[in-house]
Amino acid sequence: MIVFVNEREVAVETGVSLYWIRGVYKMDADICIVNGFMVNKNKTLNSNDRITFIKRGEIPKEEELEALMISRHTPGVHDKVKKACVGIAGLGGLGSNIAIHLARLGVGKLILIDFDVVEPSNLNRQQYFIRDIGQFKTDAIKKQLKEINPFIQVETHNVYIDEDNIEILFKETDIVVEAFDNPVCKAYLVNKVLAEFNETYIVAASGVAGYGSNNTIQTKRIGGRLYLIGDGISEAKENCGLMAPRTALAAAHQSNTVLRIILGELTV
Amino acid sequence: MIVNGIERKIEKPVSIANLLALENIDPDKVVVEVGGTIIGKEVFDSHLLNHKDNIEIIAFVGGG
Repeated sequence: MIVFVNEREVAVETGVSLYWIRGVYKMDADICIVNGFMVNKNKTLNSNDRITFIKRGEIPKEEELEALMISRHTPGVHDKVKKACVGIAGLGGLGSNIAIHLARLGVGKLILIDFDVVEPSNLNRQQYFIRDIGQFKTDAIKKQLKEINPFIQVETHNVYIDEDNIEILFKETDIVVEAFDNPVCKAYLVNKVLAEFNETYIVAASGVAGYGSNNTIQTKRIGGRLYLIGDGISEAKENCGLMAPRTALAAAHQSNTVLRIILGELTV
Repeated sequence: MIVNGIERKIEKPVSIANLLALENIDPDKVVVEVGGTIIGKEVFDSHLLNHKDNIEIIAFVGGG
């Protein structure tokens, strides 16, 4: 039968055990992951099982790293996300978090767009560091993504999205993530993507400010290609700030929606 | 007609711009869907809604 050891196809005898394979491929491994789940005792393997062996603390060779990084993914997810191209419009509280989620997932190509630089008031919710202050957000996030997952393509643009560039920016993308702060920009982008492209999905957010209940943040599908996340009402304004937890909560809704679309799960 | 799931009585057809003004919603911050189709801002004045229409108005609020 065929099994996959660290993502490589291997022919083995039917009924072979996990620890037998470990003895052959990585005797000193202290972590065994089978089909996305860590397993602590020996078991009989089945055909097409995906097994990863890791020695805790060991820095793997580059050619092996990607396979080890995805070993906790649900089997089948990586091949699909690797082929996807996702655009993120805005790299603030939503976009910086989403970029990191999608990089960790291994989304094959990310197109990241923001015209702004990191400033101190961003640090209460956005995925940047004090050392990034004054840097373009695109540059600061790209550096982090390279350290998280060097196996994905990251394209960045320091531009303000408008009539003249929207088509070029998003022509490759399967899904656009709306992660702006300004409501006029949010509406503009959603309208444009739905009007200019016929197959592109857009995952937008509205109502993420404050510290209202977790459970009011919802994901809705509107029409065929628009997903809207948030509570719909919590506006950033005087006496209603934007803070890390709720922004990240909405960002995670957006990221998981992107993943679900890539996997063909179009319902909410 | 139905606006965001709630039935609303109108005497005669109204434009999308009229409806947004009645609802006190900024036309620059919305996505408007009528019967499943997104209606572009450039026709908010000319696109007339009648009593059979099912309208979804998504009004964005700031923050991100």
